[in-house]
Order: sequence, then structure tokens, then C-alpha cells
Amino acid sequence: MKRSGKERWLSFLIFAPSVAAVFIFVYGFIGWSAFISLTDWRGLIPSYEIVGLKQYASLMAHPRFQRDMINTGVFTLIFLAGNLFFGLVLAALLDRRLRGTNFFRNLFMFPMAVSFVVSGTVWVWIFNPNSGLNAVFQLFGFDSGKWGWITDPKMAMYCVAMAAIWQMAGFTMAQYLAGMKGVSDDIREAARIDGAGEVQVFRHIILPQLWPVTVGAIVVLSHISLKIFDLIFVMTQGGPARATDMPGIFMFETTFRGDFFARGAAIGIVMLIMAALLIIPYLVYSRRMDA
Amino acid sequence: MNSLGKKQLSDGVAYAILLIFALFFVLPVFVMLNTSLKALSDAQNSTMWSFPAQLSLAGFIRAFEKLGSGLLNSLFLTVPATILSSLIGSINGYCLSKWKFKGSNWLFTMVLFGMFIPYQSILIPLVNFMQKVGLYNSLGSLIAVHVIYGIPITTLIFRNYYATIPDELVEAGRIDGAGIVSIYWRIFLPISLPSFVVVAIWQFTNIWNEFLFAVTLTSSPETQPVTVALQNLSGSMISQWDTQMAGAIIASAPCLLIYVLLGKYFVGGMLAGSVKG
Repeated sequence: MKRSGKERWLSFLIFAPSVAAVFIFVYGFIGWSAFISLTDWRGLIPSYEIVGLKQYASLMAHPRFQRDMINTGVFTLIFLAGNLFFGLVLAALLDRRLRGTNFFRNLFMFPMAVSFVVSGTVWVWIFNPNSGLNAVFQLFGFDSGKWGWITDPKMAMYCVAMAAIWQMAGFTMAQYLAGMKGVSDDIREAARIDGAGEVQVFRHIILPQLWPVTVGAIVVLSHISLKIFDLIFVMTQGGPARATDMPGIFMFETTFRGDFFARGAAIGIVMLIMAALLIIPYLVYSRRMDA
Repeated sequence: MNSLGKKQLSDGVAYAILLIFALFFVLPVFVMLNTSLKALSDAQNSTMWSFPAQLSLAGFIRAFEKLGSGLLNSLFLTVPATILSSLIGSINGYCLSKWKFKGSNWLFTMVLFGMFIPYQSILIPLVNFMQKVGLYNSLGSLIAVHVIYGIPITTLIFRNYYATIPDELVEAGRIDGAGIVSIYWRIFLPISLPSFVVVAIWQFTNIWNEFLFAVTLTSSPETQPVTVALQNLSGSMISQWDTQMAGAIIASAPCLLIYVLLGKYFVGGMLAGSVKG
């Protein structure tokens, strides 16, 4: 509601410090990062000599960065597929409102309350080739001693993705459950009276209405995966042989371990651009859906 | 098969699938609890899946020694940051929904963008800044960072909440001669409890579990939060699985407790803040 004169000013004055803080710490610092990314600053003493887009060019040609981009794509695909599949299956099962539904829902969502550092600490042991899953498979009589899990460059990505799916599947499930609640019982009942079975009701009545939820979940989960840092840092530090290396790890190591500040800033800006390419179209899309 | 029999069968299948998933979700919890209660000699790779030969709290005691100061740091950082960012979000949300001014929607959109950025894109200037103002390696720097980068999400949740409250409440206050601040204080603050709970839980969990800012803005055990302390413990006590697992439990206990006690509010914040950076 619009107000007049003095109170409008007061309202602005109350909000102003927050705006100032965000403008400095978000926009100002992004600008400063972008500036640093155009310099050749490496080493502890800042150097502000402009070298243009050299950092970006050398990043694009850098084998580690190329590997990181591919890894991010692979991780995102596994992470998305696992979350959407688990989330949808769990939500469909819980939506039947069987007895014990609340218990299962709470169980599937508690990993959201745990930090990536904690879950990584546990999962890395479960994927340790000397114990963990190999020992379980041996119990069932499989000779699995040769599987390296987290130490195998071919398997490590699936291991970290599995830990991440464990952490976020409950979130995806909650999104789908909320979406399913929006499908009215009348429509479901009408379909059943027309002779549709439960599977058909799900496929033809409920599933088509879940597209907005799916798009939203894809955006949120991709956003998590493109900036992922903690989980990888704790589980593998990007190894073995860079098999799970990601831009977030590269940025941290090159900046705070290697003192390549200009390159670190450039990676940060590339990550920002990727996030913007993901989020901005989604915000435009969801605003259009609201209107 | 009649339809009742069919329903029982499909319910049975549903339960079977749910149970398999439940096993997957409790697997790490079992490993943590089981191992943390073992003696070191028993907490080995070869005995990972067997129950403790005898119960031992030695792992917890060692983990507490290593994580004690980290726990306190996390507490002294998370509580003030949570309270401050909730209050700021509340007054911002109130102004933006009940006292709109020219350009307020536009400014809000600009502020909101702050929750979508990957923090790697501001990290180097942030560390430089904290070094320049002398806050580097202090809890103050982490409190400031979490309050400032929390502004978008806390403002958003409160703004959405106050938008559901009728404008007539403001009108009633004005007829009584109250201004913007006293209407907030006397009318809006007392009815904001549900949102405060959602925002506080969301902020507490995120700040407690945060790692990237913690590991880049602190550099000594005196200031490191528990997430960094746990990561250091895992690095320094390789193969001491009882201590590592006990440490993981200790580090996650406060948030798990909140989840158990206030789970339904936790979900509210999660759905609102799901695209936070």
C-alpha cells in the first residue's frame, strides 16, 4: 500500500542499510572480483595491472578447468537423475497416505539438517574399499575385493553423487509431495470411476501436473551442483586423479593454497555466469507462470 | 483377484519399496552410531558392520577434546547471527509489504539477487576486506557475513508472510495515532512468531553447517567453527574411526535436535529458501 511523505521516507531509511550492505557485499564485491580477474595478480601482494581476458583464455585452455567443467556436467546429470527419480518414487508412495507416512517422510528428510561435512565424513568411510560396501558384498558371497569405490577414478564420481543424492532426495520428495497435494481428489476420483487404475491415475492425471515442480527442482539442484564444494572437499579433495574435481575446488585451491588470485577470481566469475544462466531464465519463467 | 486383494498387494509392494529406501537413509546413521560407541581396537575396517564388542565412550571423549572449542565457536557465531538476521529480515519485510515507497519493489528485486550468487564470486574481495578492517580470523567476520548474505532470504520470507496480513491492521494502528515503528512493535512483531521460527531454524541450520566462509575466513583453532574442526579432525586422526564418527555426531547434534523437535517449521524454511547460494 502506498503511503505519504514522512512515513514513506522512514520506510526507505529502515530498508536502506540492508540495501547498502547488499550493494557493497554482493554487487561491489562481484565488481571487484571481476576487476581482479582482469589483472595478473598472483602471490600475496596484490597486483592491479590489467591484462584483459588473459585469465579467462588460459582457464579455457587449462586441462584441469576443462576437466572440471566436464565433471560438473557428469555430476549434475547423476545428481539430477538420482534426485528426481528417488524424489518422485518416494513422493508417489507417500502420497498414498499409508499408515506410517509421517515417519517415512521425516526419515527421508532428516539428511537436510546435516552438513555436507558430516555426511561426507561418514560416506567416505562407507565407500572405503577396505571396509564399507565391499565388506557387505562379501557377506553375500560376492568377490568384490577388486572394487576401488571412492579410490577408483571411474567410480569416485558415482560415490560422491550418491552421498549428495542421499542428502537432497528428501528435499526433492518434499517438493513433489507439495505438488501432488495440489492435484484435487475429485479429479483422481473421476478418473478412477472411469476405470483408471492407480498407475494410470498417476501417469495421466498426476504426472502431467508436476512439470512446474520438476523444472523448479532441476534449477535448485543444478544450482547446488554447479557450486558444490564442501562435500567434495571432505570426501575426495577432487581426486583420485581429478576424477571428482569441480570449479569450486579449483577456485579454493588455486586462490587460497596457490595464491593465484586473478585466476581464482576468474573461476568465481565463470561460476557466477553459469548460475545466472540457470536462475534468470527460471525467474522470468516462474514470474510468467504466476501472472 | 478382487479389488481388496489387489489393494493389499500394492500396499505391500509400497511398504517394501519404502523399507528399502529407509535402509539406504539410515545406513550412514547406523555406521555413525555403531562405530562411535566402539573401542578403538574394535572400530576398524574389518569390523565396520559388526556391533560393538563392548560399549565405549572413548571416541566421544576424544572427539569432544578436539571439537570442544569449535562447538563453542559455532554457538557464539550462530546464535547472534541468527537473531540479528531474523530481526533485520522482519523489519525489512514489514516495510516492503506494508510501507511501500517509490522503487521499493525494484530495490527488493536487486537485494533478492544476492541469494542466488555462488559465493566463490565474492570470496576474494570478502577475505581482503575482512583483512583490511581487521576482522579476519574472528567470529565477528563470520557473524557479519552470515547476517549480510542472509538479508535476501530472511527479508523474502518475512515479506511473504506480512503480505498475507490484512492492511486493515495498519489502518487501525494509524487511527490510534501510531507511526510506522510503533505499529511494527505493537501489532506486527507479536504476530510474527511463526515466521520467526521458520527463519530462525533456517538460518541456524545453514550457519551452523556452513563451511566455505568458515574455512576461508578463519585460520586458527581459537576461531574455527565446528565444521572446520571436524574436517581437521578427520584429516589428523585418519583411521581413528570411533573418534571421527563420534565427532560427526557431535557436530550435527544441535541441528538434528532442532529437526526432531521443530521438523515441520524446518520444511517451511527449506521450501522457501531452496535456491539460496
